[in-house]
Amino acid sequence: MSVAETTTTALPKPENRVWKKFRSHKSAMLGGILVTFFIAIALLAPVLPIPDPAATDWGAVRQAPSAAHWMGTDEIGRDVLSRMIWGAQASLLAGVISVGIAVAIGVPLGIVAGYFGGWIDAIISRCTEALLAAPFLILAIALAAFLGPSLTNAMIAIGISATPIFIRLTRGQVINIKVEDYVESAHAIGLPTRLILSRYILPNALPPILVQATLTIATAIIAEASLSFLGLGQQPPSPSWGSMLNTAKNFLNQAPWMALYPGISIFLVVLGFNLLGDGLRDALDPREH
Amino acid sequence: MLSYFLRRVAIAIPTILLISIFVFALQKLLPGDPLLVLAGEERDPEVLEFLREKYRLNDPIPVQYITWVGNALQGDLGTSFRTNQPVTELIGQKLPVTIQLAVMSLIFAVLIGIPAGILSAYKKGTLTDYIANIVALSGLSIPNFWLGIMLILLVSVKWQLLPASGYVPLSEDFWLSIKTMLMPAFVLGTALAATLMRHTRSAMLGVLTSDYVRTARAKGLSERKVVLKHAFRNALTPIVTLTALLFGELIAGAVLTEQIFTIPGFGKLVVDAVFNRDYAVVQGIVLVTAVGFIIMNLLADMAYFLLNPRLRSA
Repeated sequence: MSVAETTTTALPKPENRVWKKFRSHKSAMLGGILVTFFIAIALLAPVLPIPDPAATDWGAVRQAPSAAHWMGTDEIGRDVLSRMIWGAQASLLAGVISVGIAVAIGVPLGIVAGYFGGWIDAIISRCTEALLAAPFLILAIALAAFLGPSLTNAMIAIGISATPIFIRLTRGQVINIKVEDYVESAHAIGLPTRLILSRYILPNALPPILVQATLTIATAIIAEASLSFLGLGQQPPSPSWGSMLNTAKNFLNQAPWMALYPGISIFLVVLGFNLLGDGLRDALDPREH
Repeated sequence: MLSYFLRRVAIAIPTILLISIFVFALQKLLPGDPLLVLAGEERDPEVLEFLREKYRLNDPIPVQYITWVGNALQGDLGTSFRTNQPVTELIGQKLPVTIQLAVMSLIFAVLIGIPAGILSAYKKGTLTDYIANIVALSGLSIPNFWLGIMLILLVSVKWQLLPASGYVPLSEDFWLSIKTMLMPAFVLGTALAATLMRHTRSAMLGVLTSDYVRTARAKGLSERKVVLKHAFRNALTPIVTLTALLFGELIAGAVLTEQIFTIPGFGKLVVDAVFNRDYAVVQGIVLVTAVGFIIMNLLADMAYFLLNPRLRSA
């Protein structure tokens, strides 16, 4: 233990270097702040002093932003701010869970294809190419349509549509890593394949996957908003930014604020994940710039 | 070169076959009987049986698949359950609308994305570069359907400059057609411009540090000539390839853009088909876009060869 500690003081740990590089990256920090902010309001939604997002008030229909309703009210008198905050939950959940699905399916398949090669690689790769040939959103729309409209099904549809990206990325990484000396030595000392994969291959393949996952969360949030906008995602009366925009487009003339805030929020949270992903890419890149 | 392309086409065939299996399986895996939609209120078993025979739904699934693929190869993608029109005919009707939208968007994307990319690479590390990057990243982060809604609010509702929705065929009234499509094309184009700008920037960065650019400068050529003639020409190859690959983004973006501006194109067809549970149409569209994407990939490869004389002679 003491030996390890002395070495850490002598040489900065790689994690520290990454963190330092990341912190000096201003736009990445901005991304981090944006993402943290939205996660915080999504988590705090139940305890924040805001009205019930589903509570209608026919006496206050389509009211412009005021002291009582900071972001105004919608077509049936619901508080837009409250629906925005609860809508953050749907968006973030959709982003994280669908990418979780894509990573959980894509990474193992990519490792198998890249490490073992041969016919199993051929099968996985051809399927990946076939799935990649269908545009992401078209595939997600078709899947969501066949599964039926709901937030859960939208997440599954987006997750499956994003899977081929992770298969291809992981496969490429593994093909490069498996010829490294340390993998060969692991073979030489007779480590079982399972351990080689989990101890040597996976950790080294992880950084680009992490970057891709962050960027894909951004894409997934837009995809969820798009599906909800089309009526294939979150169903009313549950709030979601996409479905709020869908209603808002019918009241553009009378209540433009209904369209303004959900769009800005999608933009900010997606920008946050994009900045974070770009920053992570720079920070995790072992080559100096 | 020919053998390379033949090999590429040969690889594309199993991919297309796999896509057709996915698309076919999609319908078979779905819960619910599409016939019930078709039969409507009428749940008379005899009617259902008749329809089942008519659409050959009593055949074993592999036989159904082979029939479907066989028909698809002859240009028959089945019949829409809703409108009773052949799917191929429906797609044929809607496609020109979307192609007009796509071409106009690409023009916007190229006009904005490429100059911005060149400028930002040339001024790397300066404020201009920084701003261009922020704008591009914002372009990627703005949901384009929201941008569409906001533009309608400003341009059509407030200023009343351009129509908010609709479509006029080019053959009917050329200028009105262009005018109606201007806003949708801009919305779709900006998203692509952002991607294009980032690609152009990185391609230019690679080229600007090369020896021949230094030589061109040493010869005393004007900066304008160095950047546009020597550097950009060489950066063009990857840019052209990537532009072809934007096809997928274009089609997907068209779905939402057409929905917002109520343009009766390919994208609106998808959404309507999805809501009407018109599965034959959904299947046909996914198949056609996927095949289109593969063809665009092949064309991109070909362009790569044609633009690069070194590869051409090899």
